[in-house]
Amino acid sequence: MDNDFLNKLGIPRLIISLFLAFLVAAAFSFGLPMGQIFSAMLTRFGMNSLLVLAMIPTIQAGAGPNFGLPFGIICGLIGATLAIELDLRGFTAFFFAIGVSIPLGAIAGWLYGLLLNRVKGQEMTVGTYMGFSIVSVMCIFWLMAPYKSPEMVWPYGGDGLRVTVVLDGRMEQLLDRFLSFTVNGVTIPTGLLLATALCCVLLWIFMRTRTGLAMSVVGSNPRFAEASGLNVNKYRLLASVVSCAMGAAGIVIYSQSYGFIQLYQAPLYMALYSVSAILIGGASLQRATITQALIGTFLFNALLVIALPVANVAMDSDISEIMRVIISNGIILYALTRKEVGGDAR
Amino acid sequence: MRLLQKNIVPIVFIVLCTIGFHYSGLSWMFFANDLMTRLARNSFLVISLIIPVLAGMGLNFGIVLGAMAGQFAAFITVVYNLTGITGFFLACVLSIPFAVLFGWLTGILFNKAKGKEMITGLILGFFANGLYQLVCLIFIGWIIPISNKALLLPSGIGFVNTLDLKIWQYAIDKFYVFKLKGITTPLLKYLNNINFPVLTLIIVALLCTAVYLLFRTKLGQDFRAVGQNRHIAEVAGIKVDRVRIIAVIFSTVLAAWGQLIFLQNIGNVQVYGSHVQVGTFAVAALLIGGASVSKATIGQALLGTVLFHALFIVSPLAGKNIMGSAQVGEYFRVFVAYGVIGIALALHAWQRLTKKE
Amino acid sequence: MTGAARLEMKNISKQYYGNRVLKGLSFSVNKGEVLSLVGENGAGKSTLMNILFGMPVIHSTGGFDGEIFLDGEKANIKSPEEAMKLGIGMVHQEFMLLPGFTITENIKLNREITKDSLLSKIFGKPMKWLDLPAMKADARQSMDTIGLGIDEMLPVRGLPVGHMQFVEIARELDKKNIRLLVLDEPTAVLTESDADKLLEAMKILTGKGISILFISHRLDEVMAASDKIVVLRDGEQIAETRPSETTIDRIAELMVGRKIESGEMVGRPPSELKDDYILEIRDLSVAMPGERVKGVNLDVKRGEILGIGGLAGQGKIGIANGIMGLFPSDGDVKKNGKTIKLNAARASLDNAMAFVSEDRRGTGLLLDDSIEFNIVATAIQVQGKFLTPGKVRILDSQAMTGLATNMIQELDIRCTGPGQLTRRLSGGNQQKVCIARAIILEPNLLFVSEPTRGIDIGAKKLILDHLVKLNRDNGLTIVMTSSELAELRSICDRIAIVYQGKLEGILLPTDSDRDFGLMMAGEYHKFHGKEAV
Repeated sequence: MDNDFLNKLGIPRLIISLFLAFLVAAAFSFGLPMGQIFSAMLTRFGMNSLLVLAMIPTIQAGAGPNFGLPFGIICGLIGATLAIELDLRGFTAFFFAIGVSIPLGAIAGWLYGLLLNRVKGQEMTVGTYMGFSIVSVMCIFWLMAPYKSPEMVWPYGGDGLRVTVVLDGRMEQLLDRFLSFTVNGVTIPTGLLLATALCCVLLWIFMRTRTGLAMSVVGSNPRFAEASGLNVNKYRLLASVVSCAMGAAGIVIYSQSYGFIQLYQAPLYMALYSVSAILIGGASLQRATITQALIGTFLFNALLVIALPVANVAMDSDISEIMRVIISNGIILYALTRKEVGGDAR
Repeated sequence: MRLLQKNIVPIVFIVLCTIGFHYSGLSWMFFANDLMTRLARNSFLVISLIIPVLAGMGLNFGIVLGAMAGQFAAFITVVYNLTGITGFFLACVLSIPFAVLFGWLTGILFNKAKGKEMITGLILGFFANGLYQLVCLIFIGWIIPISNKALLLPSGIGFVNTLDLKIWQYAIDKFYVFKLKGITTPLLKYLNNINFPVLTLIIVALLCTAVYLLFRTKLGQDFRAVGQNRHIAEVAGIKVDRVRIIAVIFSTVLAAWGQLIFLQNIGNVQVYGSHVQVGTFAVAALLIGGASVSKATIGQALLGTVLFHALFIVSPLAGKNIMGSAQVGEYFRVFVAYGVIGIALALHAWQRLTKKE
Repeated sequence: MTGAARLEMKNISKQYYGNRVLKGLSFSVNKGEVLSLVGENGAGKSTLMNILFGMPVIHSTGGFDGEIFLDGEKANIKSPEEAMKLGIGMVHQEFMLLPGFTITENIKLNREITKDSLLSKIFGKPMKWLDLPAMKADARQSMDTIGLGIDEMLPVRGLPVGHMQFVEIARELDKKNIRLLVLDEPTAVLTESDADKLLEAMKILTGKGISILFISHRLDEVMAASDKIVVLRDGEQIAETRPSETTIDRIAELMVGRKIESGEMVGRPPSELKDDYILEIRDLSVAMPGERVKGVNLDVKRGEILGIGGLAGQGKIGIANGIMGLFPSDGDVKKNGKTIKLNAARASLDNAMAFVSEDRRGTGLLLDDSIEFNIVATAIQVQGKFLTPGKVRILDSQAMTGLATNMIQELDIRCTGPGQLTRRLSGGNQQKVCIARAIILEPNLLFVSEPTRGIDIGAKKLILDHLVKLNRDNGLTIVMTSSELAELRSICDRIAIVYQGKLEGILLPTDSDRDFGLMMAGEYHKFHGKEAV
């Protein structure tokens, strides 16, 4: 019974939860401002969750976690920068950015999906490097693109767009502040959480439609899917489209909450962080649920949020970035070396 | 025609380098000198990838751990102020235990993730970098005492960003010859003006010979057998897991030495940066030379190093002259490194899939 | 000299999880003799070979009973390496050759000849040089012995299949201590002329005093090549005989003969089934690896249970897989007179045909999904059932669970509930889930392949009974493919036998063992043809 419980929870999740609890206790005893910390946890959870949810379609369709997420992310960045270029503000800017990002992301996802169908079994490696490549191509794009908005180009003489574009007064924390309120010193980013909930519901419905179920059948056992008259490649392609479109919208939500658009090399490792978040939530490389994505996003981000101030007090050095690298890559390694369950029967 | 098809990757890059060189406006002399330096300091790292490729483990992105081993050894020589050529060779010796340990652990991990060695190696590189930072940034000065406070950050914990390696810079590179007087034949005179780091080149040549000879031994034969088909090798009684671990250890040790040769040329260590891109750049170079995930030769490694670094030299200036921005060239070469790897991996996966069907 | 036999196996028994697969086999081979082992698939040949080779699968499942003697000495073989050391060699059915290595390197794989090097004094064997000239000479010698005249430095990649087989034999021969060589269906992949060469090579080997255990389905070869023939059936040694004392049809009869009381056969006489065909198959070819179909013509009567039998690898499995669109196929298949589009699983499903695959875990199940989802998954996709009404139609969990609960009761699926993952079910219960999934598609023609493979006796009977019930109560036409002739004979109305990718003939369950045996060995027409003359 005990063993069963452990298996269900998963050892990594257990360790991380205990560690988190320990850090929270430490933060209390150091007398750190807990209200702020909890607010930050909620915000970080909300701003990352769509990027993590974007992993679900490809995992379910058997293409593994979407290491090619940058394909979607850059589309979101294009949407967001266009909104500023057109001098849009507030919800107009936000919805414009989302409206541009999603179709662009879908197209990018379609192209990426065509590639994925040709490299079955090696999606992770190929996806990672293709993601890296597209980020560096976009670096050239950001340098050369004919943007004019003074908020985005370098003020004097530099080439192209700035490394970070400030969203102050455009759509900074638009969702976070929507209907937000404060309880016991904890600010609840209501709009952001509502948006997250909406995404979850939409994804939940989608995964239970005939198409969504087909996707999951394809991922669970491609031979079974073929025998049931399903076109495996079609559903894998669709998964990539949905995932990249979610990634595109996800980075817009992320950016508005963060208050900056990060260009150039910033999207490089974002896929890795999303992959590790969902794995921390207990997903495997073959199966993932919305709950796992949410739990993972919360645990991972809560840990990072609280580690920074605690480490600062305890040892006077910034250990949070190091921790992020170790935990996120550690969990991926753990998933890679686990005995594969299921998989392609061929 | 077949020859062209077979060597299409190097040919494309030769063309690319030629165009780049033309637009960069660099002088031949500068170009040749720079290329020679880079060939001498980088080829070792590229060659270190060959053994795992032939042992069927693909491109070992885990050589980043080898580079770390080399850097740990370098730190020790700096702390104890071991100078000159002795210092350098001591660093090489000191790097062995680190590299063997890291290689052994990497090998065990690879054996648990058979068929996924490349992505595992890549992520392992990132993961190890986290641990490396933990050691260099947090443990140094806190758990591991360092007497020379100049090496530490102002807080007394963690190494400074850049450690000076002047104590053994050019330890082996400084052995130039060919500075003969009175040569008048045009071509020879020309060559005479290039700085040949003779000792380094000899060491690289020795390494190439050693790798070549390794594949004439029983162990080399086992590498190749395991590389072709693990199951058949196992049935024939070869201890597959053990052979694979040995292959990774070899690769890691060579990478450690490669990193030390690189550092003695550069003259300093970017404590938190020198090793990070080692895997990516070395892999890209090997692929540009025409190698694939399952086949690589010493010739390809050397050719790839030359081409990759030629592109490195010319692209910023070419970018500036063509696009009006040196940054474009910088990003372009980063793109080339990633893109080449991405395409090579995709092609490999694709071929394997079509072969299966 | 009347020394001990080269190999003597005494009273060998083996059980897997209480299931006795070998029941007291005893036989012996003398020096330089060829002993042929014949039997249907599952007769116990491969288990016997695994025991002889000390394969881990034997020792991890509790070992075996009985004794093995080699040249009179008791052999205790615990691992393949020990078997090799004792001089037992094996030529595998699938080639164990590295394509990128030369013939020499393959022959000498992990037995390379080495010379000392500077480093080998410190690091030992791994650092020794390969002595290529010596290796070449050795390879040449073994190749010449069996008359393989090609260059020993050719890469194996690109060699014709026949040559690869010879390279394998040369490799075994190169093991200097070789006493006993096992050839596991060596001629299955060879052309007739290559097969003849192989038989000649076997004579050369026996001439050198090597004993051979020969496993083959080609009975004419067995008759030509052996000194002794041992017939296995259901793990029992049915007969030990010599070619001079027997005939092909006698062996065939021994191979398949199984006591089935006529009372156990529920098949109906031909007069009870009208010549009304639900399915007409013409010139069907299916490119299923290992089970190729090469032009089958077959008609299925409405309302019958038709069995498809034959030995493994002859193509019986390919027929249903081809019609259901799982492997590339070609030909003309008409259902109720209407042509069915081939290579399209959906078209077959849309035409009220359903399939229970022989590859239960690979094709038949979503192992990491619940029983209930497994049952409805295909119906959702093909027929749009089990979805809520309305614009956005999502999975109707209630309907799904309700149906699954019924099915669990009806088929007596032993589980903790409809939500249990199918991975956790026993083979028999997994098979029932597959059948449930097929039934809820409401087909009028059901293909069932190997329905009882790997299933315990009790569940076997339940499944077969249920198939008969579906046929009798619902008028469902069933085409059942099986390697177990006994089960085909117990429930089918007619049985089609497939040999070398073609229909060899159709028999009634009541026909003689001898006819079944001959047909499965492809000798039926030769034989009956001869009689006619």
